[in-house]
Amino acid sequence: MANPTYTLIASNTVGSGGASSVTFSSIPATYTDLVIKCSSKTPFTSGNSSIDTISFNGSSTSFSGIYIQAYGTGYNYGTYAQFAAYSDGNVSATTNTFSNTDIYIPNYLSSLNKSYSSDSVSEANASTPYMVMVAGLWANSSAITSITLTPYSTFLQYSTFYLYGINNS
Amino acid sequence: MADNPQAIEVNCETGIVTTRDLTADEIAAQAVAAQAAADQKAAAEAEAAKVAADKAAGQAKLAALGLTADEIAALSK
Repeated sequence: MANPTYTLIASNTVGSGGASSVTFSSIPATYTDLVIKCSSKTPFTSGNSSIDTISFNGSSTSFSGIYIQAYGTGYNYGTYAQFAAYSDGNVSATTNTFSNTDIYIPNYLSSLNKSYSSDSVSEANASTPYMVMVAGLWANSSAITSITLTPYSTFLQYSTFYLYGINNS
Repeated sequence: MADNPQAIEVNCETGIVTTRDLTADEIAAQAVAAQAAADQKAAAEAEAAKVAADKAAGQAKLAALGLTADEIAALSK
């Protein structure tokens, strides 16, 4: 009988220096799916959230995706390449409030293209909080061994990142 | 924050966390990507704002023609 597990592989809390990117490398090939949970904040000052991009194995090519977002009184949808989330609470938004994002990457060891999904929210205690869902694709046959998240500018101190592995057998 | 942009790498096998300065090429590439992302986001939000403004203007014109609010709402269902 299958015995699914949900295991913390690695984590990081950004220190006082901030971070321009966070990479999980040497991801073990012992799971079925991967999950990233993050809470982040950046110094972005235009609007109440900013954009993170995602890359696998150091590659920033062959990405495509769609998103749907809602913010304040508006909503829209469209296409983005290499898009992870509007996951960063803005320093000009609610003080000390961080956003949260979940990214799910199924079958990361597959020799087929890799899909991923992301949902994220950032709270502003004002008229323009954000919530975004993303469906993305990395058209590459390589197993994913590293994941990099890159913010618009800098992940600020106390931003946290957790990488989990799900094993379905 | 640090003067130079820092990249954090967490090695999942060893648990070792490495922090290093970005290279000049990485800084340049990140700036380009960040600007592109910001431009995309601004364009998406501008489009949404235009749609909302057009919708409001259209509803106002329909109201001026004598349609009730319920009738106007029914047109978009």
